[in-house]
Amino acid sequence: MERITYRELRSTPKVWGVMALCAAFVGAAGLSVLYIEHHGHIVTGMNNQVVWGLPHVFAIFLIVAASGALNVSSIGSVFGKMAYKPVARLANVLAVALLMGGLAVLVLDLGRPDRLVMAMYTYNFTSIFAWNILLYTGFMGVVAVYLYTLMARGVDPRALKAASLLAFVWRLALTTGTGSIFGWLVARTAYDSAIMAPMFIAMSFSFGMAMFMLVMILTTSITRRVYSPELRTRQARLLGVFVAAVMYFVIVHHLSNIYLAKKGAYESWILLNGGVYTKLFWIGQVLLGGIIPMFLLFHPKIDTRKSYVLLAALLVVLGGLAQLYVIVVGGQAFPLEIFPGFEVSSSFSDGVVNAYTPTLLELSLGLGGIALALMIAGLAMKFLRIVPENLSDDNVDPSLLAD
Amino acid sequence: MKTLLVSVLMMAALMGAPVLAEGLLPNIPAALGEPHPEGNEFWRVNHPAILSHDRDLTVLDGIRDIDGSIKTCVACHAVEGPDAAPLTVASPEHACRTCHDYTAVKIDCFQCHNSRPEAGDWPAVLPSLGGTPESLHAYLERISQ
Amino acid sequence: MIIPTKEKGADISRRDLLKSGGAMATVTLASGVTLMSFGGKAAADGLKPGARWGLLIDAGKCPEDCSACVSACSKEHGWEDNGLDTDPQWIRKVTLREKETGRENSLPVMCQHCDEPPCVDVCPTGASFKREDGIVLVNRHTCIGCRYCMMACPFKARSFVHEPVTDQRTDSPRGNGTVEGCNMCVHKIDRGDGTTACVEACQATGNNAMMFGDLNDPESDIAIAVSTYASVELRADLGLNLGVRYQNI
Ligand code: SF4
Ligand code: SF4
Repeated sequence: MERITYRELRSTPKVWGVMALCAAFVGAAGLSVLYIEHHGHIVTGMNNQVVWGLPHVFAIFLIVAASGALNVSSIGSVFGKMAYKPVARLANVLAVALLMGGLAVLVLDLGRPDRLVMAMYTYNFTSIFAWNILLYTGFMGVVAVYLYTLMARGVDPRALKAASLLAFVWRLALTTGTGSIFGWLVARTAYDSAIMAPMFIAMSFSFGMAMFMLVMILTTSITRRVYSPELRTRQARLLGVFVAAVMYFVIVHHLSNIYLAKKGAYESWILLNGGVYTKLFWIGQVLLGGIIPMFLLFHPKIDTRKSYVLLAALLVVLGGLAQLYVIVVGGQAFPLEIFPGFEVSSSFSDGVVNAYTPTLLELSLGLGGIALALMIAGLAMKFLRIVPENLSDDNVDPSLLAD
Repeated sequence: MKTLLVSVLMMAALMGAPVLAEGLLPNIPAALGEPHPEGNEFWRVNHPAILSHDRDLTVLDGIRDIDGSIKTCVACHAVEGPDAAPLTVASPEHACRTCHDYTAVKIDCFQCHNSRPEAGDWPAVLPSLGGTPESLHAYLERISQ
Repeated sequence: MIIPTKEKGADISRRDLLKSGGAMATVTLASGVTLMSFGGKAAADGLKPGARWGLLIDAGKCPEDCSACVSACSKEHGWEDNGLDTDPQWIRKVTLREKETGRENSLPVMCQHCDEPPCVDVCPTGASFKREDGIVLVNRHTCIGCRYCMMACPFKARSFVHEPVTDQRTDSPRGNGTVEGCNMCVHKIDRGDGTTACVEACQATGNNAMMFGDLNDPESDIAIAVSTYASVELRADLGLNLGVRYQNI
């Protein structure tokens, strides 16, 4: 058993190729933003009924995944699973990168992004949104400290433990805050539910782990480093558990909604006749994002099949995006109930399902956010000692892996 | 810094205006009303602060009798365009733009505010386009009384 | 009136400054320094403390084919609805059909000027705010266009400006990338008109389905009306205590 060594990524055409690809997506997103800024949001698919669209789906995905990615390192230090420690640095870097990508999308979709700095002077402390801004910036700081304690030499292990614990608590708060953005919208049938916050925490575990594994597999394969199959398998099984937890919360959420008479109409719409949202729910979220990944991840041969892990992680990401689309857009598409007991009609889409068709602009903004996150993580790996060089099974203590 | 630059320019304008005017200085069109009692220098330096201070009085507290009202600014500083209507900020001859273009300071106001008086409020007499040395002279003379 | 002046590094009153300044001694400043008056005199300045401006709408008197209030608002504030999903609607006519009985009804819906407005609670910058006289406004100077308020509003009372605007009404500035909604004709209230564009228009049709007034003033018509006849607020279950009340829904 050797000591784990961390090394910067070498400058290879593959490494720079991936970076260039990411940069291209980021550039495309930048152009979209300029275009939207110039013409106004009329060029997007968003409108006065569906005010949050595809960019918000991506942004929330990234933010939620960010806190989940941090989890990979918390497992190592907070819960004492030392086998995870070699990947803790990457987990931290990825967490910050994903958060930055998500926030960039969120900010660039504002009607007046130029005012963001000015808006900081006029804080409204009753707004969960404003609290989230504090949670997000704080998250970056806490993770930076945690990363420092991981990377610096001669740090007191107690300091490491404290930093990791703080980061863990902070990430729970952050995801709760993100989930509450919806949970607090009392007027909207789809969102008004206390289960939103814990569900978002389960989602963050799952999305964050999936993103982490994707990045790990991509990085180790283009740099010819090893990703210990033993560790990979452990993480894959854990991802399977997280996916199952998300499914559990989804089931509880819908069942409790069906039980509430006033939400029956929404449930029968989203589960049975919501058109594209129903399809996204059953095919995207449940089948592709839930059942198939669980099947793959709990497969008895998972330890020898890297492709299963890769496919499952990809599907979890796609399923996660589908799930957030159903929550964010589907929740707005369902007509707002202003006059219970009446059928309503008006020139302002009262009583009808609201239309939303995302445009390429929104898609490129969203993908740009993911690309930005990967680029930030990539640059960090390129210039800092983040990724272990010799993470082979031999160097991962098998006794420490046992749970 | 900006303040200093504007002040220096204005001093230069007052002293050596005829020579400097044509090439170097912005052609500020004359306004319609009485000159600002505080003096133009005061308004040049302080109008951003006054406008943003007074806008809060109006928006938050409903106080509308204020000094820095964009509605009044654009009415008094209206400049006649080729179609006999007041120019909008789309034109570089618009009173605000003459100076703002010159100092390269972006104006945010007119994304929401109308940059000219409303059709019904057009003043009977509009100063025609500035830009000639004579108009600048007349203007400088008036403000230096 | 405090003006920060950079030169002195301290806040001094501009009027003090004027009094001390020699250069402008010739000018009387009795009524402020407004240079030009374009007709109309500012009445009592500032909002009326202790007021709670509100509307009372009688759905029974509001015919389905009338939309005078909507056109009046559009004209007063310079917004235009051309039927696109992205077009603003500060006020709209909604047709109701009671599911059990089939009885039809029609009424205008606008910002309900909640006493506990969800839009204000969620706004990250405080751009959504409630004036002391109960009017809920968007301060477009601080709105960043996040649209969280639109997500939170139970009545779809707000619109997002989706494209650049020019030639706005001078009393109702509005611009791209910010959120807007019924402002209860706050410029008219401030100048003492004592009514709103929609109510004026409704009265002009003779339908008299809308009434404007100070709900907190027991002498006002609206306060007398709501204390005499039954009226309801929309989504009363949310407990937001609305400034707009309806009769005969
Ligand atoms: S009706 Fe909507 S916009 Fe108006 S105050 Fe209430 S929540 Fe805000
Ligand atoms: S869109 Fe503007 S008013 Fe609405 S919540 Fe965001 S900042 Fe506040």
